[in-house]
Order: sequence, then C-alpha cells, then structure tokens
Amino acid sequence: MNEILLAFRKAFYLIISLDRELIEIVSLSLCVSLTAILIASVTGIISASLLAFRRFPMRGLIINLLNTFMGLPPVVVGLLLYLILSRSGPLGFLGLLYTPSAMLIAQAILAFPIIAAMSYSSINSVSPDIRLAALGLGATRVQASIAVVRDARYGIISSVMAGLGRVMAEVGAVLIVGGNIAGYTRVMTTTIALEYDKGNFSLAIALGIILLLISLCINSVMYLLQRRVSK
Amino acid sequence: MNLTMKNVSKSYGGCVAIEDCTLTIKPGTFNAIIGPNGSGKSTLLRIASLLEEPDRGEVTYSDSTGVLKKDISLRRRIAVVLAGNTLFNDTVFNNVAYGLRIRGYKRHIISDKVHDILGRFQLSDRARRNVRTLSTGEAQRVVVARALVTEPWYLFLDEPTASLDPVNTELIEAVLREYSFRDGMTIVMITHNMFQAKRLADRIIFMYRGRIIEDADSSRFFTSPEDELARRFISGDMVW
Repeated sequence: MNEILLAFRKAFYLIISLDRELIEIVSLSLCVSLTAILIASVTGIISASLLAFRRFPMRGLIINLLNTFMGLPPVVVGLLLYLILSRSGPLGFLGLLYTPSAMLIAQAILAFPIIAAMSYSSINSVSPDIRLAALGLGATRVQASIAVVRDARYGIISSVMAGLGRVMAEVGAVLIVGGNIAGYTRVMTTTIALEYDKGNFSLAIALGIILLLISLCINSVMYLLQRRVSK
Repeated sequence: MNLTMKNVSKSYGGCVAIEDCTLTIKPGTFNAIIGPNGSGKSTLLRIASLLEEPDRGEVTYSDSTGVLKKDISLRRRIAVVLAGNTLFNDTVFNNVAYGLRIRGYKRHIISDKVHDILGRFQLSDRARRNVRTLSTGEAQRVVVARALVTEPWYLFLDEPTASLDPVNTELIEAVLREYSFRDGMTIVMITHNMFQAKRLADRIIFMYRGRIIEDADSSRFFTSPEDELARRFISGDMVW
C-alpha cells in the first residue's frame, strides 16, 4: 500500500513540477493524435457526405466496410502498416517507419472509419426535407448538402471526439510502427507500457492521470454537446 | 414572369402522383391549390417550384424576353415553404438569414432584412433562440419568414397554416396578403382550409386523383363550380 501511495506522490510531483520528459511525451502524444484526428476528420466527413448524398456502385459495400472497420484491432493496423512501411515493403523507400509520421498514419487509419461511419449515420438521420428546404430557398446542390451536414454537426463532433478518444488511448499500432524511441516516438500509452515493464510506476501513473484528464475533457465536451442538442 | 406547366405527369414507383396537368400562373396573382389528401397537390407544387423534375411534360418560366433558363438565377427568384417542420437546427436569426447568406448579401444588409421580417412576424424577441425552443405557431412563422425575406417573385407554400391556431393563421395570412397586394408577389399555396382559400386567393386550382379538375377565379369557383366533383368538394358531400 505504501508503495502505491509513494508512486502516486511521485506522479503528482512530476505533474506539478512540469517534468521535462513528461511534458515532451504529452506534447508528442497530443501533437500526433490531434494531427491524426484532423486528417481523419477532413477525410472522414467528406467521405460521409459523399456516401450520404451520392449514389454510386459499391456504396453499400463501403458503408458496410466502414462499420466493420470501426472495431479494427490496432495491432493488426500496426502490423499491416509495419509491413507496408518496412524497408522491404511497398512504401519502404519513404523511410517513415519508426517516425512520428508513421504513428500519425496509424492513428488516422484507426480514427477514419469511426468518424466516417458515425458522421454518415448523423448526416443520414437529418430529415431529407432539410435538403429540400435549402434547395427551395435557392441553395445550390453543394450549399444544400452543406446545410444538411451543418444540421448534423453535433453528431459529427461526437464522432470526432469518439475518434480522438480511441487514438489517444491506443497503444498497439503506435508501438509497432513508432518503435517507442525515447525523445522521438515515445508517447503516453507506450511509455506507460514500458515504465510498467521497468517497474517505474511514478511516471506511468502520472501519464495515466493525464490520460484520464484528457479523456475527462473529451467526455465533458461530448456531454455539453448532447445537452445542447437536447435543449 | 409567367409559369406554364404543360401536360405534366409524375409517378413514384409506378404509382401515379399527377397526370397530364396543364396550368398557367400569371404574375402577381394569389393562387390556392385545394383538393383531398393524395390528390397530387404537393407533387404539383414541388414540380412547379423546380424542386422536382416531371416524368413527362414541361415546366417553363417566361418573361417578355422569352423562356427563362432553369438555372440558379431563376431558382433564386423562387422560394418554397414545404409542409412540416423544415427548420435548420439553429437560431431563429440564422434560419431566416440562410437564403440571404447563400445569395451573398453583406452582413449589415442581412441583419437589417432579418430583423425587419422578424418584426413583421412578431418574432423580434426570439431572434437568438434555437428554433427547437419555439412553439408550433412561432416555428411556422419562422418558416414563412425565412422564405419571404429573400423577396422571391414566386412563393410556393405547402399548407403553411396547417395545425395553427386562428391568431397565428391570421398573422401569416396578413403578411402574405401584404406581400401579394403591395409587392405583387406571385403566390401559390396549398390549403385544406376552404375559408382560407376564399379569403386569400384570386384563383382556385382544384385537384382530384392527380388531375386538375377545375381551375377558375375564386369567386366563380365558390359560387358556381363547373365540375360536379368540385361542387361536391365545396359542399362537403365528397366522400373519397
């Protein structure tokens, strides 16, 4: 029990003293995850809009695949990405393996189906009359589509938050493609796994607390949005 | 600007909605489309307002220069109020400003126009509220205000006062009358309220089972309808 309390005390000290290593790890984590979410959001929302407003061959299959990939195992993504980015792989010449860019790609791949599928569902749940109403007020087809997407904005923001929650807590894929290199590709989750192996619980607990706080922030934003919708 | 529909037909999945409808709407007139449920009124309105394409026949808008191209500039002279709640999940102000924003008006002009129309509909104190917090009557006033603020040449309304109390109905009717008589706006309105059609319209278009049965001046239609079906509909004898 004393050891646990001591570990927590050290963890709080690391947070309060703004430990350099801790700050570096948190900064890299946020930088990689937020960039990945930005990429996944732009591509995911555009894909969801195309699926909602256009009719084309294989559309049903794509929607089905997106829903399936929402539960994509991170280690599988990490493994496949490793094979693609490794020196002998098709994109090995890019030299991305064991770089933050590789981690960013892995996280964007994991977040994309969540954002695309949930955004599609939100856009689809908007009444078709909204699009017709916009057209009836003189909107072009693109403007009418934007009006529908805007009407689904709270659902879309929730999907982005869900995607962010997933990538922030993800460990398998970034460990495989990032390599957990100190000061370069070491992020919060991979550090927790490593420090646990080493028996150094204080840094792991400090990062765990920060992860929980980030998760709390994400959930608070989602809660506030849901309250705004229900008002 | 004249609206002409020639032999227009439309089906949905093999079910005929309207058939062989021919109609001319003259500028500056107030037209009411009446008829029982399922008679094709809404389909006719959506096709006339260019929201839908007919399967057969043609819809043309023309002025002194000839037939107008069905492009965005023509569509922006038309505004449509669809049946039911079609408000965006946003504030009253943003809903009413929508048509002006997509037309590229400057912010201060949008603000002036929106506040002016909200005043006419007695909604000035609701401008910053989300439309979901409004009563049915207020929401319907916003829907009509949103269309009128764009100052269209043609205004199409699908049952704009359905399920509203007399106060809200009167308010909407007064504003529509003002725009029609003062500004010469052409109005085409679907209504189930025969008294409302009588109060507002210059002309009545009576539809039954996808066809235009009678198209006449309001006074003549209600006093001496030519068609037996129209007579039975007016008298309340029609059982459909």
